[in-house]
Amino acid sequence: MKNKITELLSKAKKPVLSVFYTAGFPNLDDTEKIAIALEAAGADIIEIGIPFSDPVADGPTIQASNKKALDNGMSVALLLKQVAALRTKVKMPIILMGYLNPVMQYGFENFFKDAAKAGVDGLILPDLPLDEFEQYESLTTSLNLSVSFLISPTTSEARIRKIDAISSGFVYAVSASSTTGAKNEFSPEQLAYFSRLKSYNLKNPFLIGFGISNYTTYSQACTYGAGAIVGSSFIQQISESKNLEADVKQFVVSLTTSK
Amino acid sequence: MQYEVDARGYYGNFGGAYIPEMLYPNVEELRLQYLEIIQQPEFQKEFLNLLRQYVGRPTPLYHAARLSEKYKANVYLKREDLCHTGAHKINNTIGQILLAKRLGKQKIIAETGAGQHGVATATVCALMGMECMVYMGKLDMERQRPNVERMRILGTQVIPALSGNMTLKDATNEAMRHWINHPTDTHYIIGSVVGPHPYPHMVTLFQSVISEEIKKQLQTEIGQPNPDYVVACVGGGSNAAGAFYHYLNEEHVNLVGVEAAGLGVDSGESAATTALGKPGVLHGSKTLLMQTTDGQVIEPYSISAGLDYPGIGPLHAHLFETGRVQFVSVTDDEAMNAGIELARTEGIIPAIESAHAIAALSKLELTTEDVVVVNLSGRGDKDLETYIRWGKY
Repeated sequence: MKNKITELLSKAKKPVLSVFYTAGFPNLDDTEKIAIALEAAGADIIEIGIPFSDPVADGPTIQASNKKALDNGMSVALLLKQVAALRTKVKMPIILMGYLNPVMQYGFENFFKDAAKAGVDGLILPDLPLDEFEQYESLTTSLNLSVSFLISPTTSEARIRKIDAISSGFVYAVSASSTTGAKNEFSPEQLAYFSRLKSYNLKNPFLIGFGISNYTTYSQACTYGAGAIVGSSFIQQISESKNLEADVKQFVVSLTTSK
Repeated sequence: MQYEVDARGYYGNFGGAYIPEMLYPNVEELRLQYLEIIQQPEFQKEFLNLLRQYVGRPTPLYHAARLSEKYKANVYLKREDLCHTGAHKINNTIGQILLAKRLGKQKIIAETGAGQHGVATATVCALMGMECMVYMGKLDMERQRPNVERMRILGTQVIPALSGNMTLKDATNEAMRHWINHPTDTHYIIGSVVGPHPYPHMVTLFQSVISEEIKKQLQTEIGQPNPDYVVACVGGGSNAAGAFYHYLNEEHVNLVGVEAAGLGVDSGESAATTALGKPGVLHGSKTLLMQTTDGQVIEPYSISAGLDYPGIGPLHAHLFETGRVQFVSVTDDEAMNAGIELARTEGIIPAIESAHAIAALSKLELTTEDVVVVNLSGRGDKDLETYIRWGKY
């Protein structure tokens, strides 16, 4: 059986939208509600963030969501239970994204096996070094889990090719040398970087994330990449939500529709 | 046993560079060049000149006669407290700023807890005419106001870290975020032997001047370079790394690391990482870390802001795991009493961090023949408020 993410991206006729949100935020049991609402609203992939006490690659919005989720009582074990339950309710690919330490404490092999069992399709572990991952590569492959690594504008071509070779599903192209957070538009330098990436003809498709917050940035990302990843601005939208379904729908529509 | 960092950046099972890709080019640039630059004769000349003329090295190795009498041993104090700016921290900031200049960086960032590393960084930036920003937890800024003002007088911008519990761990997170956002023109001067490889090794090398001097000074004092014990406090562990470094392969020299037990190791208010920590990843390296079973980092506690860190450097985690260093822990009360005791017996008011090392003397089984070197890493000026509040003198 083909990995769901690989299949989606190989068959997609239009750019895909992948939405990141923090597990257990704003309320502990919202993980599933948000997934269902996102599928109904037309998102293509969900990336569920495993909260961590020290999210160094994140800006203030995602930091705050991590803290709230931990205060709510979220943990890796609970998240895997929630994912197993919501897996029966949504068809779209599910990615878990998180900092290494909570995964390490759960145990790498157990985490990969339990994630696959819960119905997870892909993983993103931004502070997992490439050479540390090599020992687990055959396990994740046998579990049919894709593992996407990040590249940034300062990543050299040689390293991009190395990252592409070890990644599966897609390569996560971070749009700027920055932490996560919403921006209004991309600079000419960023567009040149996307264009350069495109010219490399990588083995994997690449999705562009960080700084995507509106139709301008979304459509620019989709022009160059196989799609866009949005996180901070989505979390802002739902942080005070009284009606998740409606707010999620409104977010997806406004992001993907030109005014 | 091997105590040097290996080619992959590990000390045994600990170390490495666990960083998001956005930091990779910065750290890789440093990794590829730090040894070559540090080994250049011209770098060494400038570094050693500054240590001598500006920092005031070599610092004295002082035979503490009255303290020796009390502990029935020959106690020497390595007077890092007499360094310019009041602590050993400046050994490292001098080294790193010279390195940053050679890497072509124009701006410096740093994190600080108690403010000692922040002041040491602000000082060398003033000296070199470089722009400097120091991240400091908002809570620490309130607790250590004089050091905040010292940094400002030196022309540094002090930026409050408002995330988490607003202490050292959060200031470090913010400095790393800043570095992610400014990857090309900025060098991050980490203040302890923590962070991704090559930081733990680089900071250890810059601090190793401490044990290099102890060896020479003991040779003059007692006719041989090796003591029976070297004792140093461990927060992240930079002064201990420096004091231990040239003794790591001298297996008959007992090395003692002193951690802060806070209100007691089992009180829930402690910073005794080797007693309470498990292997984990924080701030770019795999090391011993105080954390929950779910892998969330626990906020440590110590009366001493410089020991208030949830991890230790990977070198120390390795030294603990191999048994090369004996770790003991000292409570707030024991440290404060030892600080007062040193003031009364030797006329030296130590930093509360260093008072922890003094307090460990009573936990060692010393004989009258033993030669003990305690690294007195800093002076107590910055801690007067804490001494006054504690009040029992």
